[in-house]
Amino acid sequence: MSTLLQVEGLSKRYRRGNQEVAALDGVSLSIAPGETLALVGPSGSGKSTVARILLRLVEPDAGRISFNGEALLGLRGAALRAIRANLQMVFQDPMAAFNPRATVAGLIDDPLRIHGIVGRAERPRAIATLLERVGLATELAGRRVHEISGGQRQRVAIARALATRPALIVLDEAVSALDVLVRADILSLLAELQRDEGVAYLFISHDLGAVRAIAHRIAIMDGGRIVEQGEAATVIAAPASATGRALVAATPELPVFKETVS
Amino acid sequence: MSLGRLFRSPEAVAGFAILGLLVAIALLAPVLFPGDPLAIAGQPLTRPFQDWTLPLGTDRLGRDVLAGLFHGARTSLAVGLAAAAASILVGSVVGTVAGFAGGLVDEVLMRITDAFQTVPGFLLSLALVSVVGPSLGVVVAAIALSAWTGPARIARAEVLSIRERDYVASARVIGMHPVEIAFREVLPNALPPVLALSSVIVAAAILTEAALSFLGLGDPNRVTWGGMIAEGRAVLRSAPYLSVIPGIALVLAVLGVYLAGEGVVEGTAAREGQA
Repeated sequence: MSTLLQVEGLSKRYRRGNQEVAALDGVSLSIAPGETLALVGPSGSGKSTVARILLRLVEPDAGRISFNGEALLGLRGAALRAIRANLQMVFQDPMAAFNPRATVAGLIDDPLRIHGIVGRAERPRAIATLLERVGLATELAGRRVHEISGGQRQRVAIARALATRPALIVLDEAVSALDVLVRADILSLLAELQRDEGVAYLFISHDLGAVRAIAHRIAIMDGGRIVEQGEAATVIAAPASATGRALVAATPELPVFKETVS
Repeated sequence: MSLGRLFRSPEAVAGFAILGLLVAIALLAPVLFPGDPLAIAGQPLTRPFQDWTLPLGTDRLGRDVLAGLFHGARTSLAVGLAAAAASILVGSVVGTVAGFAGGLVDEVLMRITDAFQTVPGFLLSLALVSVVGPSLGVVVAAIALSAWTGPARIARAEVLSIRERDYVASARVIGMHPVEIAFREVLPNALPPVLALSSVIVAAAILTEAALSFLGLGDPNRVTWGGMIAEGRAVLRSAPYLSVIPGIALVLAVLGVYLAGEGVVEGTAAREGQA
């Protein structure tokens, strides 16, 4: 199995007053093309720090990241901006992750314009196609972000991430703030997009129910380390770590949407 | 913002009424007084309400005071608005760059801002006009030279909080260039509290322009209220109306701008409180 993303020995320490707190302590993981790796763990276990380091929003103290064969941490300026077309993210709260003045069309237009995906004249059509792709009516294009529902906003966020046809999308608690029915819809949309476009996901969540529905493999984090890693079905059926057992015990049943990866 | 909210307080209503009158006067000046307001129109030192073709009388040289008042409103408003626009433009750009870039850039820009703030603003304006020479553009620049520091500080404080928001992170993830993030994502959202300053800056600019004109450093080819007051000073005992009339106009203009600005700020705050 080829690897799309290879993370080795990622460490990050934060200063809190006079004390140094280890947010990440030697995290290693890998993701294959078209695969979903779930990063699961309680609050404060370092999941979001991994996401922010992968997206180069936070710099790690130590570690290596190889993405598509390139050393991600060595990239600067234009080279870094160019590779971002291939590596996208969906944030937990789309209301906070969208410029409050933006329209739906403007948000989806940004990546198309910045990376020159389609010419100026074809952009309205490309935006309409992306909206349809994520199950939104094209009439929403002119709306502002506060005029649409939470589920619609997360679909817009997915369309924005999908616009550059990335190989990997980091979903940082992307369904955690949604109500259960909307969450099931978004999870099935994500699975469908993965099947059609072959995009890989790093699915960050503290909710094993959602993870069971979408992930192929699971990595369980606690205290800045990965304490357990394996096939999703195996880990959920018989977690080896104490954190894994606690998470499984706290999770109700949910339907399964994922396809098996060959 | 609905008009109802704007006109909630009687102060705001009074402010907008004065401001509206001022704008109307400025716009109507060339219609009602098409001639040169600096031309001689009648007997020198005609008192107000004596000759109904010259309702507010004439000055020492026989120039129409009412025409001067109307044309002076144009200068006051133009200078006030242009100076406020220039200082908000410069201030918000400097503040955004400082707050967004951080580090050494921030240090340097903020020390420059400090330097401008420690020198009395009017002194700076005086210095520039007396060196470059009085014209409308120079007067505007001279006022903006001391007024941009307030907007710069407020914009920087706002940008420091906005740059940590998720939508700025999202713009970086999308691959947006930092310059575009600063000016398209951050600056527009940092602007409302900066714009709240604009009425204070306009009011102060009108006063500064009047003070410069009073000292003979206004544009000599234009009628200004400050210049009219200075004109009247020589005959203050015998014809006080020459200084009092433009003085009242000045007070009303500053008051109107200030009250209307307060009304807008309060109206906006009320809307945000409800959201």
